[in-house]
Formats: sequence, C-alpha cells, structure tokens
Amino acid sequence: MSKVEQRGFFGEFGGAYVPEQLQEVLTKLDQVFEQYKEDPVFIEELHYYFNDYVGRPSPLYYAERLSNQLGGAKIYLKREDLNHTGAHKINNVLGQALLAKRMGLKRIIAETGAGQHGVATATASAMFGLDCVIYMGEEDTKRQQLNVFRMEILGAKVIPVKRGKRTLKDAVDAALEDLIENYKDTFYLLGSAVGPHPYPTIVKHFQSVIGQEARRQIMDKENRLPDYLIAAVGGGSNAIGLFAPFYEDKEVKMIGVEPGGKGLSTGLHAAPLNDGEPSVIHGFRTYAMMKENGEPKETHSIAAGLDYPGVGPEHSFYKDTGRADYVAINDDEALEAFHRLSQLEGIIPALESSHAVAYAMKLAPILDKDKIIIINLSGRGDKDVQQVYNMNR
Amino acid sequence: MDFVPFITAGFPNETLFKKILFMLEEEGAKMIEIGVPYSDPLADGPTIQRTSLRAIEQGITLSKIFDIIKEVRATGLTASLILFTYYNPLLQMGLEKATEQMMQGKLQGVLVPDLPFEESPLLKSALAPYHIPLISLITPTTPIHRRNMLAKQADGFVYIVSSLGVTGERSVFHQKISSLIHEVKEVASVPVVLGFGIKQRSQIEDMANVLDGYVIGSALLRRIEEVENQVASDNISLSIEEYEDRYVENVRQHVKEMQV
Repeated sequence: MSKVEQRGFFGEFGGAYVPEQLQEVLTKLDQVFEQYKEDPVFIEELHYYFNDYVGRPSPLYYAERLSNQLGGAKIYLKREDLNHTGAHKINNVLGQALLAKRMGLKRIIAETGAGQHGVATATASAMFGLDCVIYMGEEDTKRQQLNVFRMEILGAKVIPVKRGKRTLKDAVDAALEDLIENYKDTFYLLGSAVGPHPYPTIVKHFQSVIGQEARRQIMDKENRLPDYLIAAVGGGSNAIGLFAPFYEDKEVKMIGVEPGGKGLSTGLHAAPLNDGEPSVIHGFRTYAMMKENGEPKETHSIAAGLDYPGVGPEHSFYKDTGRADYVAINDDEALEAFHRLSQLEGIIPALESSHAVAYAMKLAPILDKDKIIIINLSGRGDKDVQQVYNMNR
Repeated sequence: MDFVPFITAGFPNETLFKKILFMLEEEGAKMIEIGVPYSDPLADGPTIQRTSLRAIEQGITLSKIFDIIKEVRATGLTASLILFTYYNPLLQMGLEKATEQMMQGKLQGVLVPDLPFEESPLLKSALAPYHIPLISLITPTTPIHRRNMLAKQADGFVYIVSSLGVTGERSVFHQKISSLIHEVKEVASVPVVLGFGIKQRSQIEDMANVLDGYVIGSALLRRIEEVENQVASDNISLSIEEYEDRYVENVRQHVKEMQV
C-alpha cells in the first residue's frame, strides 16, 4: 500500500461503494494482490512477459524535430505505443491475468468501450489459455465492428449488451452482474484505474512500470529528473502509471490532460477534474460530471478512450492536494497534434495520446531550452486512421 | 410473513404510481419500497433498469419523489415507506437536505445498496436526528463474522438478498438461504425480510414461519408493463379516468395472485 493510500482511499476519494454481494469478491482480490505484488516469483514471471511478450522496456525517445520546431523545452516521448497490441493497456492486463492464474480462475471477463481493453484482454487470455468473455454495449459493437472481429479472432466471446443506453457503463454493469453470479471461477479484469477498491490500486501498480522505466531512462540520458510529466487522462491509467513513481520528487511537475471535447464552456466534453463534482460513480468516490438531478452527464470526446464521465480516484486526490495540475485540450487541438507529431516525427499517436502532445505543444515554447518534458505516448494511432479519414472527407 | 412490494418511483407515470401505492396498501402491504430511478445502477436487473430509465425520461428526480411522497402522505397513505436509492443522488442533493426531506415524507427507512457498512457513518449521523434507520443488507456470500456484525447493529429490519446476482425474477434460490435466515434471526433484534428474485409467495412458503416479510420487485414491475400492453391493445375508447381505473384494477389482480 502506498503512502498516499489508506484502506482503499486516496484522501476522500476511492473506496468501494458496491452492493454487499460484491464485498467479499473484492476483499478476496485485495488479499491475493497484496500477497503476490511483492512476491519475487510473481515479479519475475510478470517481467518475463513484459520483456519477451510486450517488448519492454519501451523506449524513451527524444523528439528532436518537434522540440526544435517548438523552440523551447526538450520533449521526450515514452513510447508505450510500441508495446504489443499498441498501447499501455497490455501492462495491466498481463498483471491481472497472472493474478487470475494464481487464484486458479480459468475464466476472464472484461468490459470494453471502443474495444482496446477488450482486445488486450483477449490477447492475454489467448496467450495464457484462459476462457475470455468481453461485454460491450450493443451500440459500441456496431461502431467498432473491426475490434469485435479482432477479439473473436483471438478466441474471445463478445457479448453485445442490450440494456440501458447500450454503451460502456451498461457493459460494466453486465460484467459486474456476471462476476457476482460466477465469482467462483471468474476473474473480472478491469481496464482502467477506476472502479471500486482494490482495482485502482492494482491498475496503478501494474502500470507503474511506465514511470519506473522513464525515471531510469531519463537519468541515463540527461542525468537528472524531468521538469514536467504530461499524460492524457480519461480513466487515468496511463497517467497514474507515469506519475506515481515520481510522486515523492516534488520538483517534477505533473500535468494530466483531460478531453475538452468541443470546449469546456459548451458542456460537451469529458473533463470531470476541470468541470465536475465529487460524486460516487461506478463504485468509487471521485470527481465526475453530474447533472443537477444527480444523474451522470453525457460526455463527448474525439477520443473514445477518454470518453468517460468519471476519473480514477487518485487523480481526484492529486488535484485536491495540488500534486498534479489538470488541464483540458479540445478535439481540434488534439487533432492538430495528431497530424503534427505524425509529420515531424513519423509517429502517428492515438487520439487519446494526442491530447498530451497538444498540451506539450502549448507548454514547451514558453519554457527554457534546458527544461525537460516527458510525454506519455500511451498508444499508437493506427486504430484512429479510419476515424480521421472520415472526418477529413 | 408480510408482502413488501417494490415499485420504481414515478413508474409507469406519476398519477398511476400514486394510485398503485394506495392500491398496494389496500391489498395488505404494510411496507412498500420505493425505488429511486438511477441511470448508473450496480445492483438492478433489466426490469428495474427499464422502468428507471422510463421514469427518468419523464423527469422523475429525487426531489420530485420527495414531493410525491409528501403528497400521498397528505392524502392518507399510512403504509411504512422505505426509500431504496443509490448513494450518489443523496450525495448530490446533500445528506442533510435529503434526510430532512425523508423526515418530512415520514419515511420509515432508507436502503442504499451501494453504501457498504464501512462508508455508512456520514449518512447514519445525518439520519440520526430523525430516527430513520439505514437498512442493512446481508447476502449468501457475506462471511459469518461480517454477517453477525451486520445483523447485530441492524436497525429497522435486515434485508437478506435471496440469490446471487442483481435483482430480477428467478426460479432457483441459493441453497443456503433457509439456514442463513435462521442464523440471522438468532442474532438480529429486528425483523428479517427476504428479497431479490421472488415472483410469488408460494415459492418461499416453507420459510413463512421464520421470515417477517418478502419483497417482490421486478415481478411486480413486469406485471405492470404487461397490464399496460394489454390495456392498450384492448382498443376500447376510454376516458383517462376509466383507463387509469382499468389499469390499476388489472394490476390489483396480479398483486392478489402474488400473495397466494
């Protein structure tokens, strides 16, 4: 348990606001996680898969042309886009899948929105020989047919969820229902640093490999710590993975970039840390976007992976304590960064990661040339090419 | 063993909801659970979700529900009313204000399925001045030491979840249910009620001597939906009053059957 965490709470945020039927399942998961996270054999096995299957460590790349053109701070990119399956998601999936193996559970279930977490979960399940069931809102299965097919190629069963609004949150409900009924042989593999305790803690733990590597790599290259860390924040798993290992380094500033959608003032965004209320949503206490009647608000972002009304509880804590700043980047700015990084560095970033790049493009020019920024390039943009193509037509 | 109906607030519409409350009281319900519709539920099955979405679309909110409750109290409803709500609507209204409204509506209890015992002190202290109990839930998977702790501190009544999973009608109950009820009865000093998955009394008749009450929720809501379809397809031209009377009388027949 980290210094910032008490009984599943980060300050007033986090906890497990779930029905009594789930309490015991979560308690058990917490015990198993605490038992294995420092276990040398477990760590060795996890690192074997990180290295030989994912391709870790991911490079820390000096984006020289981008830095020069912006004319300020030096920009480094933490290349999580080069991981197997193309994003940081696989780090957490492998960690949780290994926990499932330790618990003797043969069946993996997961929720997915745009399909990225579903694909990563199906990938790890295939490799470990586990049965895999992915819950996906029926609307999302229509919008992301190719990802549904990709999961099926990997041997997963995709169940379209036909209740409620038929999107991500309905998929979460369906997965939780499955877990409550089948907990004896089933592991719920949650995809972001959200949900009831212990999930945010588990996801942070397995994603922290990003920040641990970045710390070593920048010391090797520059012989000092960076001045800024920048990462996109939807649920917040890639950001907490980069930030957490630098928590005690007070001189390192952390900036989380939320999706500003069509602009904060329009209300069409998914930026609860900029424009949200302390709430309880999806089983935990956090900042979330709420209507006046206490119902979660509809959200909007160009990046499906950031399109979520809440945010991981530790980010709410970082915001309230001032340890990190949270800013918003609009759809247009993210799209511009998507093109700019592609053209200057030959790296097509995911639209999610493009939000972090866009903020760095604003910040770098006003900083001195001896300052260092690390951007978490959390995923590659191949999955977004079709969407950008359609928007340009 | 008392019949405890559950109905989503504002379903099927505000007027019929109020009429159904009075009908339920006439049909012997001494206690009624009123569900606050929420779009992000963690414990509701498809039927309750469907009725909740419909109520939300008609503009039902927590403050509107308190208004309706005060109104039915003023027009003579005396049954105990239990508010079944997720935690977030209470938080967004403010716990102080929400509990004051509960007092004004003469609510006899509140049940918050996603508020575990560990996180309940804030709400409990807001409820304390009005002596409104926060109802505890116990499930077949609750470990023995926790179950005993929950049963001992229980106020109002204990709600035992009869089956694993979310709400909804079921034909099979958790095999441990009968022994679980006996064990909870030994420890708890308040009545014990069974809920989740019950379609009608006959399913649990063998527990009638130990149980104080049984909750029927999804099955009742589904009968209401069926009645609505049937009344609509009868294709007789009715005045609004005639339509509502026919609607409520049809639901009444189902409610009678459930208690057999």
